[in-house]
Amino acid sequence: MSTTTTTAAVTEANPASHEGGLTRRDYISTYFRSSFMLGSFNFERFQAIGVAVSLMPTIKRFYHTKHDQAEALKRHLEFFNTTPWIASPIYGVVAAMEEERSKGGEIEDSDITNVKIGLMGPLAGVGDPVFWGTVRPVLAALGASLALAHSILGPLLFFFGINIIRIATRWYGFKFGYQRGTSIVSNLGGGQLKRLTAIASVLGLFVMGSLVSKWTTIKFPLIIASYHAAGGKLVTTTLQSVLDQLLPGMAALLLTFLCMWLLKKKINAIWIIFGMFVIGILGYWSGFLGL
Amino acid sequence: MSAVQMVLVILVSLVAGMASVCDERQFHRPLVACALMGLVLGDLSTGVALGGSLELIALGWMNVGAAMAPDAALASTIASVVVISTHQSVGTGIAIAVPLAAAGQVLTIFVRSIAVFFQHQADKFAEQANFRGIEIMHFSALLLQGLRVAIPTAVVAAVSGTSVLNDALNAIPKVVTGGLQVAGGFIVVVGYAMVINMMQAKSLMPFFFLGFVIATFSNYNLVGLGIMGACLAIIYVQLNPIYHNAIQMPQPAAAVAAGGSELDDDLDDELN
Repeated sequence: MSTTTTTAAVTEANPASHEGGLTRRDYISTYFRSSFMLGSFNFERFQAIGVAVSLMPTIKRFYHTKHDQAEALKRHLEFFNTTPWIASPIYGVVAAMEEERSKGGEIEDSDITNVKIGLMGPLAGVGDPVFWGTVRPVLAALGASLALAHSILGPLLFFFGINIIRIATRWYGFKFGYQRGTSIVSNLGGGQLKRLTAIASVLGLFVMGSLVSKWTTIKFPLIIASYHAAGGKLVTTTLQSVLDQLLPGMAALLLTFLCMWLLKKKINAIWIIFGMFVIGILGYWSGFLGL
Repeated sequence: MSAVQMVLVILVSLVAGMASVCDERQFHRPLVACALMGLVLGDLSTGVALGGSLELIALGWMNVGAAMAPDAALASTIASVVVISTHQSVGTGIAIAVPLAAAGQVLTIFVRSIAVFFQHQADKFAEQANFRGIEIMHFSALLLQGLRVAIPTAVVAAVSGTSVLNDALNAIPKVVTGGLQVAGGFIVVVGYAMVINMMQAKSLMPFFFLGFVIATFSNYNLVGLGIMGACLAIIYVQLNPIYHNAIQMPQPAAAVAAGGSELDDDLDDELN
């Protein structure tokens, strides 16, 4: 990847102030377009059309001949796939590079593509655990716990909470990428993102652990022993009570590990869920599992 | 179901379908989609509760890379229509939601394959620098994703007024509905497993067990557990040297401490 040369080119051009650069309207337009970027997700080039549509304000701002615009559009109809919200900083970097290129900077088409492709992997490595692994499950779990008690606050908390985070990520991410240009490529290996990912992963795993215990219900009502105590009272020992003495929630924990193992074997989640349905029905029918 | 309700049901499911591919505004999550369906069908309370139950199951469902998750949108919209309009229990809702999530997954894979055609059309428009053409391709594919949810939901909503749906639901034996409810208690772990696998952080697994044990032997609610988890996360990163490249590992301490006078001597030597 020839990022080192392009880094120099962009940073030398005083990336903080883009004279004749994107306007506020372009920012707003890019934001709205980017919020639909996965709309045309397809199995050939994934998010490609969404990238081209999101970058249209940039292309129109910096290229004025049909030929240049066509070249730019084709450039951004190539394969692209990352965590959607985290694509905005990448768009910002690309916009800075396109601007530089349109002004005659020493940037090849392949440099832009290389930076774009080079960023999507590492940023997805941050975006997936942070947004899909932590932010959404944690907010959804909070929302669901309220919703189960029929409280409308549950959906509202989830919806507004996650959207504020999403909008901020997209809006400031794009601005940040555009202002810093390719210099953010060298920051990627730096501490901030790694720390953020680690914090999110720890929180996410901690909450997953507590949910396995709190919100998974597996009950074994099977009676394994019963006798009449001194007062004539019937005392029964169920399989559940024996397991609870060992470690409450142990069955849920083991089942989670089984699922993780099956998913790692590339078994579709839906088949695992159907398998559990069969177990549920058989267990209920035989009295081994209960509500 | 009135004509106005019918239109609103189609509208909500259209939005949910489009959100499910975009993964932006989260209208496709059961928590939101079921609440909106409940609002439209005049039983917000049931919609919210059903959304909460389904959200637990769908908690970890996510599209990462090329892997498709089960589809929460179709499951949420149709389950809401069925539960609210035929006064079924939330348990029945869960039971029908899961097969629907599988069906929705198949449908979205189908639409995402069709979208390849739109991609090739977009290439042709790019040759001519036709911005509008590419936009039309993009949003047409998005609309198809919306219709993928809206059409099946509309069909179910249309028959929900007749006895067809009720008869079909009543025909399900008790052992099946009961069994599905039992399973509903533990299918939630599939979502948790998806999240844990995605994190790919074996070294952080102690935090998973910590969360499990603290939740098992305490009465903290989720907010309390969340705060505790956040504190642990921050402390972990603060204390862990691998997250502090800027800070040099302490130099051999003895050399520095004892070196004070030597340094002076060296300096003196040089000055002399």
